[in-house]
Formats: sequence, C-alpha cells, structure tokens
Amino acid sequence: MENFASLMHGFGVALSTYHVALMMVGVLLGILVGVLPGLGAPNGVSLLLPLTFTMDPVAAIILLTSMYWGALFGGSTTSILFNIPGEPSSVATTFDGYPMARQGQATQALTLAFLSAGFGALVGVILITILSSWVAKFALRFSSPEYFAVYFLAFASFIGLGAASPFKTIVSMGLGFAFAAVGMDTVSGGLRLTYGFNELLSGISFLIAVIGLFGIGELIMTMEEGLRFDGIKARVKARDVFKTIGMLPRYWLTLLRSSAIGCWMGITPGGPTAASFMSYGIAKRLSRRKEAFGNGAPEGVVAPETADHAAGSSAILPMLALGVPGSATAAVMMGGLMIWGLNPGPMLFIERPDFVWGLIASMYLGNIVAVLIVLATIPLFASILRIPFAIIGPVIVIVCFIGAYTVAGRPFDLWLALSFGVAGYLFKKLDYPIAPLVLAMVLGDKAEDAFRQSMIMSRGSLSIFWSNGLVATLMVLGLALALGPLLSGTVGKLVRPKPTSAAV
Amino acid sequence: MLKKTSWMITAAVAVAFSGAAYADWKPTKPVEFVVTSSPGGGTDNFARVVQSIISKHKLMEQPVVVTNKGGGSGAEGFIYTKVAAGDSHKLTFGTNNAYLLPYVAKLAYKPDELTPVAAMALDEFLLWVKADAPYKDAKSYIDAVKAKPDTFKMGGSQSKDTDQTLTSLIQDATGAKFIYVPFQGGGAAGVQLAGGHIDSNTNNPNENAGQWKAGAVTPLCVFSPTRLQEGPKVTATMGWSDIPTCKEAGIPIDQFQMPRTVWLPGGVPSEAVAFYADLMKKVSETPEWKEYIERTSQTNRFLAGEELKTFIASDDAKNRKVFEQEGWIVR
Repeated sequence: MENFASLMHGFGVALSTYHVALMMVGVLLGILVGVLPGLGAPNGVSLLLPLTFTMDPVAAIILLTSMYWGALFGGSTTSILFNIPGEPSSVATTFDGYPMARQGQATQALTLAFLSAGFGALVGVILITILSSWVAKFALRFSSPEYFAVYFLAFASFIGLGAASPFKTIVSMGLGFAFAAVGMDTVSGGLRLTYGFNELLSGISFLIAVIGLFGIGELIMTMEEGLRFDGIKARVKARDVFKTIGMLPRYWLTLLRSSAIGCWMGITPGGPTAASFMSYGIAKRLSRRKEAFGNGAPEGVVAPETADHAAGSSAILPMLALGVPGSATAAVMMGGLMIWGLNPGPMLFIERPDFVWGLIASMYLGNIVAVLIVLATIPLFASILRIPFAIIGPVIVIVCFIGAYTVAGRPFDLWLALSFGVAGYLFKKLDYPIAPLVLAMVLGDKAEDAFRQSMIMSRGSLSIFWSNGLVATLMVLGLALALGPLLSGTVGKLVRPKPTSAAV
Repeated sequence: MLKKTSWMITAAVAVAFSGAAYADWKPTKPVEFVVTSSPGGGTDNFARVVQSIISKHKLMEQPVVVTNKGGGSGAEGFIYTKVAAGDSHKLTFGTNNAYLLPYVAKLAYKPDELTPVAAMALDEFLLWVKADAPYKDAKSYIDAVKAKPDTFKMGGSQSKDTDQTLTSLIQDATGAKFIYVPFQGGGAAGVQLAGGHIDSNTNNPNENAGQWKAGAVTPLCVFSPTRLQEGPKVTATMGWSDIPTCKEAGIPIDQFQMPRTVWLPGGVPSEAVAFYADLMKKVSETPEWKEYIERTSQTNRFLAGEELKTFIASDDAKNRKVFEQEGWIVR
C-alpha cells in the first residue's frame, strides 16, 4: 500500500499548529462566502488568492481548499433556512431542506445536511487516496461523446420527477436551454441571443437566475402569504443535534449511493451541481415513499448534500492529475498552483509528493474541522429563523442583491435578478416547476458543446454514441432511466388492465 | 485604415515624447487589472504573475485589484476597457485577441479604442501527437494526414481563435486536411490528445508540458523562427531546445506566436502609458518573471512604443489574411 505510506507522510506535513489554524480560518471564511448567495466558493477563492502569493504552496492550498469546504457547507445553510441556495450545487438541497425548516425541523435538516456532506467528502477523499492513479487513467478515456452521455444520464435521472404536468416541465426546461445558450458559443465562435446587449456577451450567470428564481421569488410569495415564515419558530436544542446524529445510520443506503454518484460526477467533470441533482433524482425514484420528497423528506437532504461534497472533493483529483479542473473553484485553484510554481499534471504526484499528499491529508483534516465548526454554528443559524420576517425579509432582499452584484460586479445583473424574481413568482403561481429550468441552465451548454464536438468528430454520424463500450453503457443507462417510467407505466397497464386507485 | 494609421502615429509620438516625463504621472488610487479570461486561463496566469511581482518588489505604491472579465472569449473585458475611456487606473491583460476578436464576432469595440502599453512575452505553438503514434517527425505525420484527408482530428481551444488559425495555416502550407475540433481550452485539448481521442493539437508548451513529461504526448516541431531556449531535459532524452522548428521539419511556416499584451483604455494621458510601460519593463526584469517564462517555455520579449505598434500591425495583417480566406470575418 504505497499510497497509504505517502498519506501518512502527508499527515506529517499537514498536521502542524499553523496548518490547522489556517484550516479553521479558511473554513470560517468559506462559511461566510457560502452563506452569501452569489459570492460563492469560486469568487471567495479568487479574492483570497493574492494573499497566498507569499505563502508556501502547502500552506496556501490548505487555506484555499478549507475555504472551499467551508463555502460548500455555508451554501447549504441558506438553502435550508431561506430557500436561497448559496452555491449552485445546493439548489437540490432546497427541495426538501426548506420544507423541513418550515415544519420546524431546521436543526435536524442542518445537522443531516452537514453530516451527510462530511460523509460524502470523506468518501471522495478516500477514493482519491486509494485510486488516484487508476482514476487519472480512467478519466483519460473520456471524450466529448462520453461527456455528452454523462450529461444525458444526469438529465435522464431527473426526468419525470416533479408532480407538474409534462408540458409545463418541457416549457421550463426549454427556457433553461435558451438561457444557457446566451452569449458567445465556443464551438462556432459566434454570438447568440445577445440582441446587441454587451452585458449578455458572457451569458446569463446561473447564479443570478438562482438568486432571482429562488430567493426573490420566494420572498414575493412569502409577502403575499402574509408576512411570516410559517411554523419555523422552532426551539433550538443542542440535544436535537445529537439525536439527529443518531438518526444518520438509518440512511446508509442513500449515503452510499449518493457518494458513488458524487465521486463519479466529480471525476468525469460533470461537477457538483449535476451530481446533487442526479443524486436527488435517483433517491426519489428509488424511494418507497416518493410522495414524501418535496415535502421535507430527510433523504431529500441527505442525497444531494452527500453527492455535492463527494463530487467537490473528488473534483480535486482531475485538477491535480490531469490539469483539467472539475469545477469552477478547482479552476481558480489551478491558477494558484501555477503561480506558486507548480505545474498541475501527471507529473505533480511524482515531482512534488510532499505537496500532493500534504493536500490530500489536509482534505481529511479540513473536512473534519469543517464539520465540527458548522455543527457548532447550527444553534446560531437556526435561531436566525426566530427573528420576525419584517426584519429578516428586507435583510434577505439586500443580501440577494449584494450577491447578484458580486457575481461579476455588473449593475445589469441586478435588473436581471429582479426579472428572474418576478419570473420565479409567476412560475410558482402558475405551478410551473423551477428545477428543470435550473438543471437545463447548468448542464445545457455543456451538453450542447459535447454533442456538437462529437458530431464534428464523427462527421455527423450518431453512431459515435455507440462506438465503444464505455459510451454505449452510459447511453443505455441514460435511455433506461429516461424511458423507465414510461415503460413501467405501460407494462403496469398491460399486466393490470384495471389498476385500483390504492395502487396509484 | 487611415484612422488606424493616425492612431498609431499619435500613440507612437506620445510614447516617444513621454519617455522622460513618466515620473510626472503616478496612479492615485488602486489599479484594476482587467483579465480577459476566466480564472485559471493563460491570460489570468499572466496577469496574476505580474500582480504578484509588483506586490513582492513593491514596484507601485497603489494596490492592485484583479477582476476577471472573460465572457465572450475575452470580449467582455475589452468592451469594459473601451467604456472606461480616459481612466488611467484600468490595465487590461490579453493576447492578440484584443485586435483579432472584432474580426470574427460583431462586438461593440474596435481595436483602436484601446491604447497598447506593452507586449511582455510570446507564447509558442507546437505540433503535438500522441507519444505512441507511429510518426517520428512532422513530415511523416503530415504525409499520413495527406494520404487520408478529413480523417485526422486536430484539437484546439475555441473556434476562430489562434489554434484554428494555425491549423488553417498548416493546411494551406502543406495541402493536408484536418477535422478541427474546438474544446473549452488548451488543457482540455491536451487531455483529449493524451487519451487518444484526437490525433494532434497545437498547444502552447505550458498546456502540454505535464503530459509530455509523463510520456503521454510528444512534440514534433515548434512554430518559431528559432529553436526554443535551452533548459533542463523534460524527458529522459529530450528538452525544449531539441524540438526542431517546423520549417526545419518540413512545414513551411516561419513563425506563429501569440503575444501576451497589456492595454489601457483610449484617451488616457501619454504619461500614464509611459508609466505602465516602464512598470511592465521593470516587472520583466525580475527573477520571478524569468522563472515564469522558463516554467511556461514562452519566449521572453518585451515590446513597447514603436516596436509594439509595428508588431501589432504585422500580426494583425497576417491573421487577417487567414480570416479572410476562411470567411470568418463578420460585417
């Protein structure tokens, strides 16, 4: 077990008072940027980057990765408490986390979210430790057709989830694709749907849409419903935290499955956001209590959180081993690596084992530190909900708009966020689902690029999606997931021509 | 065209006269470094290295704030600079995309609305193939491509950008015909080559160095007039200076390089241009800059004033020719 010895050596590097202090500072800063929607991990890490120029690479990367963990945790906090995802990858956490909070179970939801997130992250790191060399080789087998198949799989696992009519789901998803297409197109190099607005050149930021659709849309709804958060004036008891910790093993299956999905999406740059959506979709589909999902099912919090963090930590591996970042934050950190004089790529493991294994060891320690710190903050965050809406409402509006501005520092984005807020309100009023729009916006342009690259490679032949075992397997899985509900419905009708209402 | 020439003359005169006067102008508030790529990109790296050198050697009293405006292949940043006309506290970092982008996309800025300050390095382009491919040199590879036109895949970052321009130049010079596949950056194109999904790419040294060292890809030739600078061996047998130039290797292209450029908005005082040109000159003389150049295997070449104008004009003309021929030019 050569890797294990290296890891022990890594712990030797990472475990110093200075490094642990850096981890705590990083995690706290991360929670702060994670809680503010829009600021998020990539921006936070870029803001912190100049400070690390004079530090040694190990200390610098420990600070930055700890901030990343902190931001991932902070992002879930606002998802659960206010239905405003602090990070794109915590959108799926709102589906059940927020209903739980509204039912007075904010403490439980937060505890579950943090613990399962910590679990996912640890699985991700363990995977990196054991399989680093194999994973790097495996990732090399992925090209555009395989990427498209992965995105297709993510879409397929999410199809037919909502209770909304299929027509409304298609409208919502179509809008998402349209928003994702705005801006400069990589494959043709041309501009699309910008209508001469310079502000639209770089496309519509997904974060702006989320802040508007979820944050502002939700606030307008709440105001209409009568200026209060229903039933979340929960008592906060430290005992609840411990009780929930005891509950966690009950969800072992969800935890393991979601970690696997997360690691998979982190390595094949699907990214944490796609991972959390896919994990939520599959958890709901395989659950025996489907109707509980969306109304505060604990699994609905556990599944996306586990996958999100498993993907977040395993995304570090492609960055180190291939020089291809698996997430936006990893891209910023990769820039940092080069400035500190390190070349990410296959040789990094051989040339700078101190750095690589120090980093991997710090990922174990950093996540443990992060879980302990966030668990300690639960009573604080949960008690925010006891503040009257008349006070917290305006604060959320301000935070939303500050967040929208920080995404790129453009006043135009404020108007955009407001428009999305109105759209979000209308969506809810007319019972259109928001999730398909969000998913299409996150994965739409990536899926499109991958598809078009595949078509260029194969000179227009669709057979490229069956051209090797890997891509064919992925496509078959995707098709099975997409058509599954349809088929099982048809089969069900054939077998039981007169279904009883109880069975439906 | 007349407008362009007059702009060049004005700027050249301004730089020539201000040589002695630069001490008169100093930034009075924090300077914004506008990066025309997303975080982690080549231009981002360039700007942040400059930032780290300035802060380490205290070359400027005012602090530096870096902002990434990489939308639309960098157009976002250049438009931002154009709108900031007259603001001497915004320094924009780019490549030759500053003056080439407006050819291929309908954008709300013209190159002459920006003031060139300096070019600090030339990034090189190489022809890479997979290490276990049966080609010993560039000529045998090109011959193989010629034998089977439209089957070999050439990967690059984005479309109608440097990589595709170079691919088009290679096709013209040799008669070979590639399928060009645009990816989301040189790093991705490098991994695709290492994984054997494409047959070659024209990555910059830095984008493929790791894969070369690991024995996944191998360079055939470099599109530079001379061989690259000598340095430590990258693999057991080869270093950067052992790579033949493409002209030696039988591809008749003398030179294809990408300048790393620094710009100010239009309408700024000539003293400010001179101040930043001098600042960049100082940066380029530090050991940290040399280290950056070596690590990324670029060519260290500092250009400002008249030299820079001449360089931009010839680079612009050269690329424009390809764009016209390929029919990429809009409007």
